[in-house]
Amino acid sequence: MRKFLGLVGVVALLAACETAPNDGATATGTGDANATAQKLGPAAGTAQDFVVNVGDRVFFGFDQYSISADARSTLEKQAMWLKKYPSATIVLEGHADERGTREYNLALGERRANAAKEYLVSLGVDGMRVKTISYGKERPVALGHNEAAWAQNRRAVTVVAVGAGS
Amino acid sequence: MKLAARFLALTVLLFSSQAWAELRVDITQGRVEPMPLAVTEFTGENADAAQIGRQIAQVISADLERSGLFRPIDPKAFIQKQLSMTTLPRFGDWRILNAQALVQGHAVPKGDGQLAIQFRLWDVSAEQQMIGLAYNTVADNWRRVAHIIADAIYQRITGESGYFDTRVVYVAESGPANKRVKRLAIMDQDGANHRFLTDGSDMVLTPRFSPTLQEITYLSYYKNKPRVYLFNIDSGRQAVLGDFPGMTFAPRFSFDGTKVVMSMAQDGNSDIYTMDIATRQTRRLTTHSSIDTSPSYSPDGSQITFNSDRGGSQQIYVMDSNGKNVHRISFGKGNYATPVWSPRGDLIAFTKMTGGKFYIGVMRTDGSGERLLANGYLVESPTWSPNGRVLMFFRETLSRGNKTTKLYSVDLTGYNEREIITPLEASDPAWSPLIP
Repeated sequence: MRKFLGLVGVVALLAACETAPNDGATATGTGDANATAQKLGPAAGTAQDFVVNVGDRVFFGFDQYSISADARSTLEKQAMWLKKYPSATIVLEGHADERGTREYNLALGERRANAAKEYLVSLGVDGMRVKTISYGKERPVALGHNEAAWAQNRRAVTVVAVGAGS
Repeated sequence: MKLAARFLALTVLLFSSQAWAELRVDITQGRVEPMPLAVTEFTGENADAAQIGRQIAQVISADLERSGLFRPIDPKAFIQKQLSMTTLPRFGDWRILNAQALVQGHAVPKGDGQLAIQFRLWDVSAEQQMIGLAYNTVADNWRRVAHIIADAIYQRITGESGYFDTRVVYVAESGPANKRVKRLAIMDQDGANHRFLTDGSDMVLTPRFSPTLQEITYLSYYKNKPRVYLFNIDSGRQAVLGDFPGMTFAPRFSFDGTKVVMSMAQDGNSDIYTMDIATRQTRRLTTHSSIDTSPSYSPDGSQITFNSDRGGSQQIYVMDSNGKNVHRISFGKGNYATPVWSPRGDLIAFTKMTGGKFYIGVMRTDGSGERLLANGYLVESPTWSPNGRVLMFFRETLSRGNKTTKLYSVDLTGYNEREIITPLEASDPAWSPLIP
């Protein structure tokens, strides 16, 4: 896979000894001052790459923790990515919507995080690379108070930590 | 808390009382007409003592008014402006105002910052003293003495112990919902002496008092590891409770303070554990593959009520304290959560979710006699006053798409709902026992 560097990555590119990619931007500092910078996607193998090109979250029904067909497809892509970058570790965050009680939702978030973890492990991801944490209803991502917002908040989010050099 | 040690002496004031048809408020009935009473400014031996005396009367009056059982008469209407602790009040002047009870007091400086605070409670129509007591205390402790006097009046007239000399620990909230800052905070039950216990750098949830009020158990996300902690109020020290492999949450002290019962989640499954505080020995009480959480001991320690979805939906269960004899007690329409055993032992408070709304309610410990006391977009986290007559909870209210979160109290009768004023938004209240 090609390595993509974002605009933010321009400085990093100069500093780091990465192989220069070349889809468009002239970001190497060799000369053409008139060239215009063009936004690139995130570099492969980074946490940003995972979020943008794989998809970091799966969603659940109300008071549910079963993995839907959509969620399976996302988790399968996650598992492929994780196999490609074996030094990456992940934290699976389980979340609930605001329409439940606090302590039950902490337990529900734990269930969701674990359900996603188990599916990844069933696809061959080493369980030692996966930690889980539940935030219950404490960290919504959608701030509305309607079914559309609640559906976005009933989620398990895979947060990637990429070790040095990967 | 060291406060109890401040009381050097409690003196019974003379004016012998005798048996007669007593002034009484029956608080077991549904709605009671508040009893009109007169709380006069406590007089003082000097100007400083008189200033404290005026404040004491205000705190007593506010406590009794908030209970919904008493209606303090506006002092501007008082006819007898000067009362003495050594002569009888002019009862006729108080009968005209329809005052059924009369409270008077006097503050005497004793040197070294000490104060003797005397008070009498009079039955106006019987022209008899109901209470005559004096408290010796350090002067800056006057507010607590005012609550103790209000408790004495409440107890003498209702026959039930009071709840004014108590505190509330809760979670102060600020900031947007996706990065909400949550801090432990503590205050007197009337909102005075408010202070923050944590700085908000770690998310904290669900604080609960130990029976001595020396410690609070709560959930902290310190270092992104959600665990149950103990917070010592005197020292400010926080220590994780136990060494569990997974998230621990939903902690609550047993009534004798020797144990904390909580949930532990491992491999996605939450079960109930109890820990002996002294020995730190833990015991697993449930082994079901369902969610088991929100445990709460009965006052005698023999049973535990908890929340589980083992029957397919979120319901309330009761088990023996060894984990045996699990049985479901909630069978109404909808889902049930957050069971909390009453300090009197006879009722369990809960959160109910049905028809898109949330309710605070109570039921008997066998699940019968369900009554709903409050409702809202979301209401949650009921906590009992130490006499089991009042519940505090929090409510989320939606207004033009904005959500606000505040504390409220409501009588067991379902009447007299009051907002509890806090500096920031507030959730997860926990009412202390009477301060020892």
